[in-house]
Amino acid sequence: MKQRYLPMTEKDRTEMLATIGVDTVEDLFHEIPASVRFQGEMKIPAPMAESTLVRHMRQLASKNISTNTHASFLGAGVYDHHIPSVVGHVISRSEFYTAYTPYQPEISQGELQAIFEFQTMIAELTGMDVANSSMYDGPTALAEAANLASGVTKRKQILISRTVHPEAREILQTSSHGLGLEIIEIPYKDGITDISALEELVSSQTAAVIVQSPNFFGHLEDLTAMEKLAHRDKSLLVVSSNPNSLGMLKPPGQYGADIVVGDAQPLGISASFGGPHCGFFATTKALMRRIPGRIVGETVDEDGNRGFVLTLQAREQHIRRDKATSNICSNQALNALAASVYMSAMGKEGMQEVARQNFHKAHYARQELSKIDGVEVVFSTPFYNEFVVQLSKPIKEINHKLLSYGIIGGYDLGTSYPELADHMLLAVTEERTKEDIAALCQALEELLV
Amino acid sequence: MKAHKALIFELSRTGRIAHSLPVLDVPEVEALPKEYTREEAADLPEVSELDLMRHYTELSRRNHGVDNGFYPLGSCTMKYNPKVHEDVAKLSGLAKIHPYQAEETVQGALQLLFELQQDLAEITGMDGVTLQSAAGAQGEWTGLMMIKAYHQSRGEGLRNKVIVPDSAHGTNPASATVAGFETITIPSNEKGLVDVAALQEVLGEDTAALMLTNPNTLGLFEEEIVEIARLVHEAGGLLYYDGANANAILGIARPGDMGFDVVHLNLHKTFTTPHGGGGPGAGPVGVKKELVPFLPKPLAARREDGTYYLETNLPDSIGRVKGFYGNFGILVRAFAYIRTMGAVGLRQVSENAVLNANYMKARLKDYYDLPFAGVCKHEFVLSGNRQKKSGVRTLDIAKRLLDFGVHPPTIYFPLIVEECLMIEPTETESKETLDHFIDTMIQIAKEAEETPEIVQEAPHHTLVKRLDEVLAARKPKLRWIRN
Repeated sequence: MKQRYLPMTEKDRTEMLATIGVDTVEDLFHEIPASVRFQGEMKIPAPMAESTLVRHMRQLASKNISTNTHASFLGAGVYDHHIPSVVGHVISRSEFYTAYTPYQPEISQGELQAIFEFQTMIAELTGMDVANSSMYDGPTALAEAANLASGVTKRKQILISRTVHPEAREILQTSSHGLGLEIIEIPYKDGITDISALEELVSSQTAAVIVQSPNFFGHLEDLTAMEKLAHRDKSLLVVSSNPNSLGMLKPPGQYGADIVVGDAQPLGISASFGGPHCGFFATTKALMRRIPGRIVGETVDEDGNRGFVLTLQAREQHIRRDKATSNICSNQALNALAASVYMSAMGKEGMQEVARQNFHKAHYARQELSKIDGVEVVFSTPFYNEFVVQLSKPIKEINHKLLSYGIIGGYDLGTSYPELADHMLLAVTEERTKEDIAALCQALEELLV
Repeated sequence: MKAHKALIFELSRTGRIAHSLPVLDVPEVEALPKEYTREEAADLPEVSELDLMRHYTELSRRNHGVDNGFYPLGSCTMKYNPKVHEDVAKLSGLAKIHPYQAEETVQGALQLLFELQQDLAEITGMDGVTLQSAAGAQGEWTGLMMIKAYHQSRGEGLRNKVIVPDSAHGTNPASATVAGFETITIPSNEKGLVDVAALQEVLGEDTAALMLTNPNTLGLFEEEIVEIARLVHEAGGLLYYDGANANAILGIARPGDMGFDVVHLNLHKTFTTPHGGGGPGAGPVGVKKELVPFLPKPLAARREDGTYYLETNLPDSIGRVKGFYGNFGILVRAFAYIRTMGAVGLRQVSENAVLNANYMKARLKDYYDLPFAGVCKHEFVLSGNRQKKSGVRTLDIAKRLLDFGVHPPTIYFPLIVEECLMIEPTETESKETLDHFIDTMIQIAKEAEETPEIVQEAPHHTLVKRLDEVLAARKPKLRWIRN
């Protein structure tokens, strides 16, 4: 069968087999024991022509409701921001997307420089000294931060706030079984971490205090108080942050965070049903040589020209093997590039403005929703672009009905916080217009009667 | 193009913008309290949209991808990335959907996940598959955590040793450490294969697993795999398949049939999702039925009525390993590839990959040392030891290849071969491309003998010359700082 990705002709094959000195391709597999050879044909659907494939994929896609047709108020870690057109155009350049990790710097200066710029932008935004080239996603970056903290402090206890994304806490729980970490959750009060509970829990056993701000509820943590408590007994303060919010919020670095992690999805990366997104990992100079993953550094070539290389590789698995700081090998370079293009497009001014719009739209929406019978605003602490309301009817039922209004409703908090049944987490990005917000209010007025 | 390229920060001019935001259409009902407010704006670039496009376009021109030229990077499977995959992954019904949307609104996405789980189980000969792991290394770790849970469930939690051959990828021992195991490295035998006697010596009551890449990183199939599997299982251990080299065995020999209990695949290698300059990839993990209860949650599942859902009721699961359901956009591309190729096409992929590697090996073996004779699978290794005698190192050979528009092979890996060059052509390259590479390698071998300085001083035609990596590591400059 001919196949457009397989260029060998019969003539080529005959010549090549003659050069090798065998009669058939089958002879090249003679050493595989007969008992493990696969007999017959794998049960996989028949090959599709390109046009058939496109039709098939469109059919699958059409069974999903997208934010192209519905106004979404769903956030909870993945946000519907506008992606400037330039982002898609840059990351579609195949010089970028068909390359691999830049092992040969002389022919990879483009990728290396782009990552160096990404590292700079993330460090700027988070207020930290250095950042790496990216991680799989925000939650796994957070788990890596816990591992690093345990390694540096030689302690096993991790305190993590219950206001951190539930999936990040689940992943930390899974990974803790590997290195034998003890995970203790800090309760919350009025939408943010309970500082007095933290004060009681933190001790000289604590490797890290991990918080998220804006937290899972959208609220802003008291990082000043947390920094004091975390550093009281020389634990590390790890802050997970939404990079989009850092256009207007005081960066975690200025509060004295030791590690800042998060996901760059709100910086020009599509939701894609949850991935691929792009974790980031920023830290202080003191911890620079313990960072997991790839890092790009500036250097010079033999003629003294500026150039970039992968550096500090003595930390990594291909050199240190079982002594490496992490097992991570690949990163999310293409999405880091998308985030760089986004930050370049938004620029110094646009990053502030987009954050400002998110903030004001969410606050306006909460005010309007609070006027509706059956909607109760629950937390009083400051928030960014997400907030919690209690509804007089089950969230699942309301969300189902909202679809017919062309609206994707918020996150059902009862699924991960049993005490918050009937509570909805709503995200309002710059993409939601005043009309969208009015339509949500109108729909809820009708549905909550 | 010049060697020097300005950073985007250096192109920045106060007051320029490349964004377009609508005017805020709601009243400002509240102000952010001062103590939370950023006092100084992040120092991000200020450029016009054209400045931005020219900048990134020029960066792209300073980068070598598969679409630019041959990329025989061993164990990385740098095959052609079909363009239609990029198109379908961008369909709004696949790219613009939220992971927490109600099940009824994402039936197509769930169907795709479910079918891909099934296809990968069939391809690997396994009983269950998770698509959650983001990459090969994360797949290894996920697999090892399941192995750990399996042993613990049988009251054998003391099994804490993971055995790897000395030819293994560095991620294997690193993943074992992060999963809380100790690594035992065993030597390879004179044929480059697992030394079965050495394996027998270390197998015992503390054996959790043996991790194998098959074909291994020398490109050789472990001929004694049946005996190896028997010995490991007899000792109470499990067999882990590192799928980095699965491009050699599609439809030819399945890990499940070889006796492996756990396998990860690198979709960015074998199933041609783009490498992206380092990622994103995807590293699904398949397991035999004894380990199915430990798969990460959630899993995509189908009800009797034909609807799809996410199964979260998995009480023995090791838990979640990554946010949401894995790198869905990458899974979409791999799914499209499997649908394009079908069973017959996938088998042809491996046949052609193996043919190409053996052809290159046959034509190059007179010019470079060939540490291991006999047939290879989809890749093979050469040694630059002969060239080293005239002062030309493998690094020099790699740098000289850059002058011919070719990405060099993987070098100095596996560690057990001196001056190693690890060459993986993949199945998508034509005979002319292979011949061009071979002829270039032969020319470099001649240069190494006659004019070694040409090789030693390479590259001659790249934008920048060799870079000072020692300086980069000794005085790390990891970000731009405004003067």
